[in-house]
Amino acid sequence: MSDWITVCSESDLTPNTGLCALLGGEQVAVFYCGKTRKLFAVSNYDPIGEANVLSRGIMGSIGEATVVASPLYKQHFNLETGECLEDTEHKLKTYPVRLHEGEVQMQAA
Amino acid sequence: MSKQRVVVVGNGMVGHKFIDNLINHEKADQYEIVTFSEESRLAYDRVQLSSYFSGATAADLALTDREYYRDNGVNFVLSDKVVEIDRAAKVVVTESGRKEPYDKLVLATGSFPFVPPIPGNDKEHCLVYRTIDDLGMIKASAKESKVGVVVGGGLLGLEAANAIKNLGLETHVVEFAPRLMAVQLDEGGGKLLRRKIEDLGVKVHTEKATTEIVVGKECRYRMNFADGSHLETDMILFSAGIRPQDELARKFELEVGERGGIVVNDNCQTNDKDIYAIGECALWGGRIFGLVAPGYTMAKVAVSQITGGDELFQGADMSTKLKLMGVDVASIGDAHGNTPGAQSYTYNDEIEQVYKRLIISEDGTRVVGAVLVGDVDAYGNLLQMMLNDMALPENPAALILPSTGDSASVGLGVDALPDSAQICSCYDVTKADIKAAVAAGCTDMGGIKSATKASTGCGGCAALAKQVMDAELASLGYEVKNDICEHFAYSRKELADIVRVKQIKTFDELLESHGHGLGCEICKPAVGSILASFWNDYVLKDEHIGLQDTNDIFLGNMQKDGTYSIVPRVAGGEITPEKLIVLGEVAKEYNLYTKITGGQRIDLFGAQLHELPLIWKRLVDAGFETGHAYGKSVRTVKSCVGSTWCRYGVDDSVGFAIDIEDRYKGLRSPHKLKFAVSGCTRECAEAQCKDVGVIATENGWNLYVCGNGGMRPRHADLFASDLDRETLIKYVDRFLMFYVRTADRLQRTSVWLENLEGGLEYLRDVIINDKLGIAEELEADMAANIANYQCEWKTTVENPERLKRFKHFINSDEADNSLAYVLERGQRRPATKEERVQLVELVD
Ligand SMILES: Cc1cc2nc3c(=O)[nH]c(=O)nc-3n(C[C@H](O)[C@H](O)[C@H](O)COP(=O)(O)OP(=O)(O)OC[C@H]3O[C@@H](n4cnc5c(N)ncnc54)[C@H](O)[C@@H]3O)c2cc1C
Repeated sequence: MSDWITVCSESDLTPNTGLCALLGGEQVAVFYCGKTRKLFAVSNYDPIGEANVLSRGIMGSIGEATVVASPLYKQHFNLETGECLEDTEHKLKTYPVRLHEGEVQMQAA
Repeated sequence: MSKQRVVVVGNGMVGHKFIDNLINHEKADQYEIVTFSEESRLAYDRVQLSSYFSGATAADLALTDREYYRDNGVNFVLSDKVVEIDRAAKVVVTESGRKEPYDKLVLATGSFPFVPPIPGNDKEHCLVYRTIDDLGMIKASAKESKVGVVVGGGLLGLEAANAIKNLGLETHVVEFAPRLMAVQLDEGGGKLLRRKIEDLGVKVHTEKATTEIVVGKECRYRMNFADGSHLETDMILFSAGIRPQDELARKFELEVGERGGIVVNDNCQTNDKDIYAIGECALWGGRIFGLVAPGYTMAKVAVSQITGGDELFQGADMSTKLKLMGVDVASIGDAHGNTPGAQSYTYNDEIEQVYKRLIISEDGTRVVGAVLVGDVDAYGNLLQMMLNDMALPENPAALILPSTGDSASVGLGVDALPDSAQICSCYDVTKADIKAAVAAGCTDMGGIKSATKASTGCGGCAALAKQVMDAELASLGYEVKNDICEHFAYSRKELADIVRVKQIKTFDELLESHGHGLGCEICKPAVGSILASFWNDYVLKDEHIGLQDTNDIFLGNMQKDGTYSIVPRVAGGEITPEKLIVLGEVAKEYNLYTKITGGQRIDLFGAQLHELPLIWKRLVDAGFETGHAYGKSVRTVKSCVGSTWCRYGVDDSVGFAIDIEDRYKGLRSPHKLKFAVSGCTRECAEAQCKDVGVIATENGWNLYVCGNGGMRPRHADLFASDLDRETLIKYVDRFLMFYVRTADRLQRTSVWLENLEGGLEYLRDVIINDKLGIAEELEADMAANIANYQCEWKTTVENPERLKRFKHFINSDEADNSLAYVLERGQRRPATKEERVQLVELVD
C-alpha cells in the first residue's frame, strides 16, 4: 500500500461540495458530506460528458447511495463505488481518502 | 374532371371557418373557392372585438391572412359586396360589377345591428358595435365626447357599455325591457346584475322607450323618452339586437323566415339545393343562432354535404357564460322556466351579491335551465347535467348552494359524464378527446391544450377540462403527485410557502424539518432559488454554495469542455464605446471566443476556472456588473432604440428598459425570465415573445405577459393597456413575485399561465384587482429583494476566501491539461474528438 499524501487541509473543505486535487498526475474529485462527515474521492473525469468536471457537480443522495450529479448532463455517480446509476457501463475510479490531524489525505489507487 | 366552383358570400367568422374546413378536407383539390367580403379585411375574431379597445390590433384579431389564403388557392375579393344572385345562370354579381359563376353558393352574411326607427338615429356620433371599423369610429367619437349612451341592455349592449366606460365616458345604458339581459336572465338575476353594474358607475335606465333624438342643452344630443323624461348625451351606441343579413335571399326569392333569416334544412341547404346558408344569417328550426359555436357546426355540416358526406345540423345549445364588466354571468337552457311544470330552487345572497336559480323538470329529475350571477362555478356541472340528460342528485339544491368544506360530495363527478360529453364547445372537444390525450401522454393542462385545443377559445371550460384530465390520470393509476423529488414530499410551490411562512433561511434547516436524505440536483437548486428569491443572500455563502447548479456555483455558464462563458450585464442593450473596447481588450487578452447574444449582450467563451476572477476584476473595475446569464433569474430587457433616435418611436424604450432591468436584475426565479420594451407598435424588440413585454402606445404602455420564444413558442397575452410607468412597475412587481411563489420548478411563465386555474382572467384578478389580498405583500417581497441586491461578482472578487475555489486544483496552480482548441473563422473553439487525436499526433 502506498503512502498517504496530504492534498489540502480540513479548512479547505466546504460541506456538501467537491474540490479537485492533483494526485500524481491524476485529477481526483474529493467530496465532503456535512451530515455524515464522510469524505469521498473519485476520478474527476466525466466519462459521458468527456471533460474534467465532476468535482463541480451537486452532491446528494439517491435512496441510500451518496452520489454526485455530473454538472454537464446530470448522470449520477455513486461516490462509494464510482458506478454510474443511469449507465452501469461507466464506472469511475475511486481513491482511498481520509481526514488525518486536520489534513485531507489520499492514496494513489 | 374540372374543379367545382364554390363561392362564399361573406368572409366573417363562419364563412372563414367553412373555407378553412374545405381546404383541409381530403377532397380539397376538387374545389375552387372564391370568397367576397363587404368589409375591407379578411375574417377576424368578432367575439374578441372588445379587446380592440384594450390594445389588441386588427392583426391580433385576424383569424387568417392573405398568405394563408393564397397558399391554399383561395381567391378573395375585399370591400366588394355581392348584390345579385342569378340563380338560373348560377352567377353572382358584386357592387363593382364583378361576375362570378358558381356550382355551389354559400351565404355566410352574418347579421347586422338593429337600429330602432327613432327620428334622429342617423346623426353623427350615433353608432353601432359590430365591426373593427365601427370600433374605430367609436374611438374617434369618444375623443370628442364626455357622455355616452348605449341603447340596449342585452349581452352586447353591456359589453359596449364597458368599452365606452373604459374610454373614459360617463356611461348610461337605456333598456326598453324592465331588466338587463332579458333574454338570458330571470328577474332576480337581472336585478343583481343591475346592482353590480351600477356599483361600477354605469347608470342603468330600464323601461325607457326613446321617441326622438334632438339637439341637447348640456351635451350634443338629448334623448326624449315616451314617459316624458329625457337624457343628455354626446354619443349614442345602438345595440338593440341583431337581425340576420338576408337581403340577398329576399331579393332573389330564397325562402326566409317571418322575422328574417334564410331558411335552411338539416343539411344547411336553402330551398335552392345549390345554395347553402350558415352562421347568423341562417334560420334553422325557426331559430337564429347568435353565437359562433353553432355557426361553426353549420360550417362543418355544409362542407360535409358539399363533399358528399352526411353530417347534419341538429340545433345547438345556447347556454352562455361570460364576464360583463368583471361580473360573472351565466345562463343555461330554459332560464325563464317556461318548460311546462318546471320548478325551481333559488339562492340569493345579497351580502356577497350572488344569485343562482336552478330550474328542474316537473318530475324533479332533470336540469332544464339555470341562471347564475356573481358566482358561476356551477356552470360546467349544470350544463353537462342538462346536455347529457343526467339524473339530479338526491338534494338538487346543493348544486347551487355555496360549498361547505366537503364540497367534493356535491357537484358532479366528472366520472358520471359520458365519453361523448362536449367539454369545450369552442373547439368541439369531448371528454373522450381529453381522455385520449391523457392516454397519449399529456399530464398537464398545457399538454391538453396543445393536443386538443380544449379551453383555448373562450376558456370557459378550463376548470372542467382539468377535472376530466385529473380524473383520467387518476384512473390510469397516476398518482397526481407534485412532489419535487424523493427528498421532499412537497411541490415547489409548497416548499416556497414553507420557506416564506416559516422564515427558513438554509437548505439544511428545510431538509431537517421537512425532508429526508441528503437532497439532490433537483431539490437543491430549487430550494437555493427559493431562498434567493425571498432572502436574496449572496449565493456563494458556505451554507448556500452546495445548492447551486452547474452554472451558479462558479457564476458562469459551463461549456461542453468544462470552461465557462462570461456575460456582463448590458442593461437595455445600451453600451458605451469605452465599455465595448474593454470587452474587446479582455477577450483578446484571454483569447475568448466572442459572440453577440440574442439578448443584446456580448458573450465571451472559453475562460478557465482560475481566469474567471481575473477577468471579472477587470470588468468590475471598468463598471460592469454580472449579467446573471448563468442563473435561473432575470436575464435581459431587450429594447429597440425608441423615441430618442427612431423616427417612429412613440416613447423612450431604451430608458424604460434600463430602469426595468436595473430594478429586477438578479431576481432568482423558477426559470429564466426575459423581458423586452418596444418604443412603438412596430415592436422591433419582439416584446410579445417575452415573459414580460412592454410596448409604448400613444396613451401609455401596454403590458404583455407570459410569452415565450425558444422551444415552445407562445404569443404573450395583453395583460393591461395604456399604463403609466408607475402602475406598470407595480403590476410587474406583483406578477413576478406571484410567479416566484407559485410556479413549479423550471416552469416558464408561459406554461405556468396555461396551468393556472382561471387563466389570464384570474391572473388579472390577483394582480390588478388584488382578489387574494396579497398585492401589498408581493410588492414588499419585491422591495426587499431589490434592497438586498448585490453584484455577485463584485462581492466575489473582493473576497479572497471565496476566490480560493476558483482554481482547477486545490493543491496545484496547474490548469486542466485536457483542453484542446482549433481555430475557426479567426477564433478558437473546443476541438472535436477526431480533431483531438490529430492534435496529439501533431504534438508527438
Ligand atoms: C361585440 C360582439 C361580441 C360577441 N361575443 C360573442 C361571444 O362571446 N360568444 C359568441 O359565441 N358569439 C359572440 N358574438 C357573436 C359572433 O361574433 C357571431 O356569432 C359570429 O361572428 C357570426 O359569424 P358569421 O360569419 O355568421 O357572421 P359575421 O362574423 O358577422 O360575418 C359576416 C360577414 O359577411 C359580410 N357580408 C354580409 N353581406 C355581404 C354581402 N352581400 N357580400 C359580401 N359580404 C357580406 C359582413 O360584412 C361580414 O363581414 C359577438 C358579437 C359581437 C359583435
